[in-house]
Amino acid sequence: MSIAWTAFTPGSALAGGALIGLAASVLWLVNGRVAGISGILGGLRWRPGDRGWRLAFVAGLLAAPAVLGWVAPGIGEFAPAGQGSAEVIRLFVAGLLVGIGTRLANGCTSGHGVCGLARLSPRSLAAVAVFMGTAFAVVFIARHLIGVGL
Amino acid sequence: MSAPAASGRNPLIPLAGALVAGLIFGVGLIVAGMSNPAKVLGFLDLAGAWDPSLALVMVGGIGVARLGLLLGRRTRRSASGEPFHASGHRPVNRRLLVGSALFGIGWGLAGYCPGPAVVAVGAGSLAALPLVAGMLIGLWVRGPRKAD
Repeated sequence: MSIAWTAFTPGSALAGGALIGLAASVLWLVNGRVAGISGILGGLRWRPGDRGWRLAFVAGLLAAPAVLGWVAPGIGEFAPAGQGSAEVIRLFVAGLLVGIGTRLANGCTSGHGVCGLARLSPRSLAAVAVFMGTAFAVVFIARHLIGVGL
Repeated sequence: MSAPAASGRNPLIPLAGALVAGLIFGVGLIVAGMSNPAKVLGFLDLAGAWDPSLALVMVGGIGVARLGLLLGRRTRRSASGEPFHASGHRPVNRRLLVGSALFGIGWGLAGYCPGPAVVAVGAGSLAALPLVAGMLIGLWVRGPRKAD
């Protein structure tokens, strides 16, 4: 392992993380809800009586790039469009696994990784250990054993 | 479930709270660099040129979220009148482990977890569209096993 010092952005990582924690605190203290994105999205279908605040939260997520671009232009990087059908299929399959996996596990990087760990939940600790471990393994296999770029 | 709050408070409060929370959450992800899957993959590539940024995003997020949780302990209900919907302390089971493993595989394949994927769609990133399509199918094809 070698640390990529030029890519490492500790200040903005901590600041952005603190904003995520602030958002989770707002949703908890105002709505009494856990800021877990997969749970919020899943509930749009499975909790039909409960759509209003979920849609409002998703609207906030979707509006974030425009609002930030207006307040502080130039911040934020996004991926270029995928090139070719293989790329699109990879992204779609990855999305399916993310959706099915987080549905089964009742949480993702936000619900388990931020909110669950903040609650010191043993389930969330187990979830984070497993999804980080498998993600590390997938990237290792792809980049260093098979040699595809990802 | 979210029946109207017993206290009869303004029904716009939960909508405004969630909108503001979603907005701050999205801005935080972008500021942190997490809207860029290449940066996330830079964290997940331990054996390459490793970018530890994502670990600090989690440290900041967990620390501030913990403060919010501690503040919430002073009251019985949230500001909107809704009770706190905490998931109970259920055991670590196979479903959790299998689900987390599948999620980790998908995350490693693309560098997108759910929040950044939605934010990237909001930014008009075409790369995130097939991912979000797959994710919503995955989330919506089967319901939760029990109400939780």
